[in-house]
Amino acid sequence: MSQEQRNQSQVATANRSFFNNPRNRALIYQFLLLLGLGYFFYNIVSNTLANMEARGIKSGFDFLFTASGFDILMTLIPYDATSTYGRTFVVGLLNTILVSAVGIFFATIIGFIMGVAYFSRNWLINRLSIIYVETFRNIPLLLQVFFWYFAVLAALPSPRESMSFGESIFLNVRGLFLPEVVGEPGSNWVVFAFFAGLGITWYIKKWAKKRQDETGEQFPVLSTGLAIILGLPLLAMLITGIPFYLEYPELKGFSFRGGVTVIPELMALTVALSVYTGTFIAEAVRAGIQSVPHGQTEAARSIGMKERKIMSLIIVPQAMRVIVPLLNSEYQSLVKNSTLATAIGYPDLFTVFVGTSLNQTGQAIEIVFMTMAVYFVINMIISFLMNRFNASVALVERK
Amino acid sequence: MKIRKLISVFAAVSIACAAQTVSADVTLESVKKRGSLSCGVSTGLAGFSQKDEKGQWSGLDVDVCRAVAAAVLGDAEKVQYKPLTAKERFTALQSGEIDLLSRNTTWTHTRDTSLGLNFAGVNYYDGQGFMVSKKLGVKSALELDGAAACIQAGTTTELNLADYFRAHNMKYTAVTFDTSDQTRAGFESGRCDVLTSDQSQLYAIRIGLKDPSSAIVLPEVISKEPLGPVVRQGDDEWFNIVKWSMNALIEAEFLGVTSANADEMKASGKPGQKRLLGSEGDAGEKLGLSADWAYNIVKQVGNYGEMFDRNVGKDSPLEISRGLNAQWNNGGILYSPPIR
Repeated sequence: MSQEQRNQSQVATANRSFFNNPRNRALIYQFLLLLGLGYFFYNIVSNTLANMEARGIKSGFDFLFTASGFDILMTLIPYDATSTYGRTFVVGLLNTILVSAVGIFFATIIGFIMGVAYFSRNWLINRLSIIYVETFRNIPLLLQVFFWYFAVLAALPSPRESMSFGESIFLNVRGLFLPEVVGEPGSNWVVFAFFAGLGITWYIKKWAKKRQDETGEQFPVLSTGLAIILGLPLLAMLITGIPFYLEYPELKGFSFRGGVTVIPELMALTVALSVYTGTFIAEAVRAGIQSVPHGQTEAARSIGMKERKIMSLIIVPQAMRVIVPLLNSEYQSLVKNSTLATAIGYPDLFTVFVGTSLNQTGQAIEIVFMTMAVYFVINMIISFLMNRFNASVALVERK
Repeated sequence: MKIRKLISVFAAVSIACAAQTVSADVTLESVKKRGSLSCGVSTGLAGFSQKDEKGQWSGLDVDVCRAVAAAVLGDAEKVQYKPLTAKERFTALQSGEIDLLSRNTTWTHTRDTSLGLNFAGVNYYDGQGFMVSKKLGVKSALELDGAAACIQAGTTTELNLADYFRAHNMKYTAVTFDTSDQTRAGFESGRCDVLTSDQSQLYAIRIGLKDPSSAIVLPEVISKEPLGPVVRQGDDEWFNIVKWSMNALIEAEFLGVTSANADEMKASGKPGQKRLLGSEGDAGEKLGLSADWAYNIVKQVGNYGEMFDRNVGKDSPLEISRGLNAQWNNGGILYSPPIR
């Protein structure tokens, strides 16, 4: 008999009982564990519900359909005191997403600038970067939020003595008042032209890269792209006769009406979050740039590349491998830190839902659970997107 | 880790959890065993619950806690005070962290029915009002269309404000803060035109302003705010104790018993006074307390009138007049059921 046949006969005579197969045993244990876990969580939930009922505390999600009875300082969708708590939830969620998105945007910009500034040969810029990081990283974020809100707020004038820029933009203690761009019929064409411009620029970028790969000739994508993105909507506006008008904020009674208001709470929170998270991003950028072997810079210099191009074409793309995973946690950290809005009264999800709604309805468990789920989902989405981005900047290895 | 071990751990914990049932709260026993009363108060509101530089708490709400401690433990100082914001107060009481919530809490239908709590009486009849800076030249709340209002988050103030402005077809923007101090800071910095809160709190806040004479309290009172102590549902014995401690304070003033003459009245007062102070009848035993439960209250804390004058009335910086908070036979609505 060959070796194979001998092995097979050995296996054939072994005990073929169901439990002797390790795979089956593993499946059974995992099933039992799942059962155990399920029973554990079921117990916790039913225990909580029983306790709440015994104490006369209402439970359930019906409160989401009752009128809230209070107004909110800033809402991105129409809302008043007769709206339901469900709508309160949506308003809070939108406000959280707004402050998180704006915060992430500015934090990234500040972080990258400060991180790259560390490597500048200009002594002042280099020191500025270090001082910035050391100062704003070491002070607790809550204090920074209070500082930007109360210290800056105290410095702004009252509405009747606002600082104005050209009689259309006003800055005072109630906020920044900007004229609102209201679209008349025909404005859709301008918006369409803008997005068309974006799409065309995207294709030009791809085409230019392909052309460079084939012929080595570079194409001025940035200037062409900008011209198209700005030029097309302008052209559309001229054709349709500028279908916009500006609604100016006017001082009536106590404060300004009309136009767009950026409340000081939003400004203070955004500044505090961006500056604080920017320090961590700056450190991540610094770590990433330092991780690129110095030989790369030397080789690039030896072929005569300009410093700016070295940084943007050679160093930063390689540094991104280290920076992006760190960015992932920093962005999630910013979203979670945005809950400090409750300290200054910015109506984000935490303030409006876990703060006011919880106190008015008393249904702590449902509300906290919903809020936790929302933050969890937001951070999972950020993590997912960043991991996709990370995969695209990772080193492509030979498979 | 062996998966079998994991399963057995979960099973054991689940069984342990499953066996839990809710036992009826016996707050009186746990207070006696602990030797002190755990009382929830505010984070700092002049006249109601405030801590001074030495760390001593004082105020109308604090005195209610002290009265209950005097009745149950015989010593008004055996109280642990837990400062709570408007957001945490009900959860702290529901979870058992505190035995009694005495934190200028308005008695409303929603709070009484859906939170598993009971209101044990009213220690201050209040109403919501407005405070504006004199500079604005506003004389009445009806001129406040378009104003920005500073309010404390999660209170009945928010709801009443929304109702009032909606009823009068006026617009406003609501700027919310977590604590009373932050609200005052926001008002002072000019972030809002008007500060709205219970009238008693307005007077307290005005004192804290850098320039108290720069603000006026508008005449309108837009809501009823009966403030009182709160306990958990399901513990009737404790509910009775707190309720009748409140009543004892009011009844003592009605009967003319003060901390100064309590000893005298106990020995040789009128029958009503003797029944209150325990030298006749068994009001204390019926509550599960000692016979001199009310005597301890009046001797150590005083009667309602003394409590009021000392904290928010003529002997205090707030100088609020008795108004609704006087006895029923004196122009107010304070009326205690008889102790007999």
